[in-house]
Amino acid sequence: MATPELKHDATAARLLSIAKPDSAAWSRPARDAAVKRVEQMQLPERRDEYWKYTRPDTLVQPDAPHAALFHNDEGPLFDDMDRLKIVFVDGVFDADASDDLAMAGVRIDRLAEAADIHWAAELYGVLEADGHYVPRPLAALNTAYASDGVLIHVTGKAEKPINFIYLHKDEASDATLHHLIKLDAGAEMTLLETGPAAARFNKCMEVEVADGASFHHVRAQGRDHERRAVTHSFARLGAESTFKSFTLTVNGRLTRNESVITLTGDNAIAHVAGACVGDGDFHHDDTVFVTHDAVGCESRQVFKKVLRNGAVGVFQGKILVKEGAQKTDGYQISQSLLLDDDSQFLAKPELEIYADDVACSHGSTSGAIDEEALFYLRSRGLPEGEATNLLTLAFLAEAVEEIEDEALREAIVERLEGWLERHRG
Amino acid sequence: MLNIKDLHVELEEEGKQILKGVDLTVEAGKVHAIMGPNGSGKSTLSYVLSGRDGYEVTGGSAALDGEDLLEMEPEERAAAGLFLAFQYPVEIPGVGNMTFLRTAVNAQRKARGQDEMSAADFLKEIRAKAKDLKIDADMLKRPVNVGFSGGEKKRNEILQMAMLEPKMCILDETDSGLDVDAMKLVADGVNALRDAGRGFLVITHYQRLLDHIKPDVVHIMADGRIVKTGGPELALEVENNGYADILAEVA
Repeated sequence: MATPELKHDATAARLLSIAKPDSAAWSRPARDAAVKRVEQMQLPERRDEYWKYTRPDTLVQPDAPHAALFHNDEGPLFDDMDRLKIVFVDGVFDADASDDLAMAGVRIDRLAEAADIHWAAELYGVLEADGHYVPRPLAALNTAYASDGVLIHVTGKAEKPINFIYLHKDEASDATLHHLIKLDAGAEMTLLETGPAAARFNKCMEVEVADGASFHHVRAQGRDHERRAVTHSFARLGAESTFKSFTLTVNGRLTRNESVITLTGDNAIAHVAGACVGDGDFHHDDTVFVTHDAVGCESRQVFKKVLRNGAVGVFQGKILVKEGAQKTDGYQISQSLLLDDDSQFLAKPELEIYADDVACSHGSTSGAIDEEALFYLRSRGLPEGEATNLLTLAFLAEAVEEIEDEALREAIVERLEGWLERHRG
Repeated sequence: MLNIKDLHVELEEEGKQILKGVDLTVEAGKVHAIMGPNGSGKSTLSYVLSGRDGYEVTGGSAALDGEDLLEMEPEERAAAGLFLAFQYPVEIPGVGNMTFLRTAVNAQRKARGQDEMSAADFLKEIRAKAKDLKIDADMLKRPVNVGFSGGEKKRNEILQMAMLEPKMCILDETDSGLDVDAMKLVADGVNALRDAGRGFLVITHYQRLLDHIKPDVVHIMADGRIVKTGGPELALEVENNGYADILAEVA
């Protein structure tokens, strides 16, 4: 049985084992403070309430469990789109494969190389440190020891999307990346993230969205069957700003994606959505915490999971409406489609409201393919497999439709269709 | 075209017998109507013919152009030319009506070894057929039957029938929930499809649909059997006197 001592030992062992990168002077105070947070919170173990449905041990243990390399026969996602590519191989920046880090409307630096950058010093570890309404020690660990990452300061309208491409070429790689994105008032950018990244990946992203700015984010987490990942997205939104994030997760042994979003300016909008499809030894956890701390803000959480052959999906989602956050419009839906009796969906939706003039709704469902609909489609001539796939895509549609850009949305749908075709029952 | 012989069917779960020996033949080019009181087995007959789960055939046979329907999957029956216009068309959120129809048309063509219909040809055809049924572009774009009124759902069924061009059409209480104008529209859609190569089986409670879709033969079904068969005048008799007289007469 785990005891506080053992938990302490596990944390100590991890702190001892993790690579200590050379870090820029400006980030050191934040990193030192983060080490203290880790020591104080301790790394998670399965008896922690926030990790009730997802076992954290393989994310915490000193060495990354091996993950076999996977040949993706679908080719790179978003390949035909005009975008600025920034490539990491097992968490190491690949300058040759990356584009020139220069583009109108943004300034891009690397965490590992950035000299004294005032804006980054003011953001690094700050949203993470503020985000511990619930302990998130793996995010603090990331702040403490991230080896690299991308610092993007968006001053205007970014000329084109920026794509972080995460390649996985080493079966034992253990990558820790920390990105900072700061959008000035009225600025706009789209961030794409694609690929499995490493055998084990700990990613943290802090996004500051100033008044009237808008940030769009589409991510696809690679098809490698054995990879593991824990990711945190922290965002702070100013007045009239927009934050929209969508994640596609196909395969992967263990994925925990946490989003921690705080609406601090009036009339801000935050949408987080995810579509995940898993077959077999697959565990996927979306943990979302949206805080309304201003008037007239809108938030949406839309998560859909398709699970089969014993795959497990988890959703922990919270809407916290603080005192004074009147006219809040909060929506949360988490649904799973279980394609057989062996799969499992565990959901913990929460609302905590301290304002009296708000509209918040949440729902969570778990179900099988609608037999009536299936028969209707078959009676029109669709073979059972094709009809099932059509209904599965329809189930995922509400989440996928959260992607505003049509070309991005279609690229994601194509990947989902590919999965359905490969996994047709 | 459609040959049903001594068909016996039970509800799988309850083991309750619903059809107790149905005999029925629908010839190509003919419209047969089945009328009968609630619970007589009319809808069960349509579901069993189209292959819905939950029914067990305990005896008898059903064949379409000599092919054993009961051995086929629902999609195979569709490809063989059978079409059921549902009494309660199913809403399918997230699937566009147009996408659904195109997928269905091409799935059937594929099953028959034909080439897929091109997007342009499909669009041209569906626009023309939708127009006849007063189905606007918006209804074609919306998810299948979602938010459709009762009349819109039934017109959508007839549009599917027109696009799929089946040889044997079964209409299960297509008149239920329709006002007079909608019924006229639906009947016109059905009548436009009448030809020498196509058979119809129209299931209905009431005679009024049969004013618009003139049947060649009318059957009365009661307690799982066809108890009386006649011409269109039989429908009028039901309209005027109800089922009680006929049932008393055959009892």
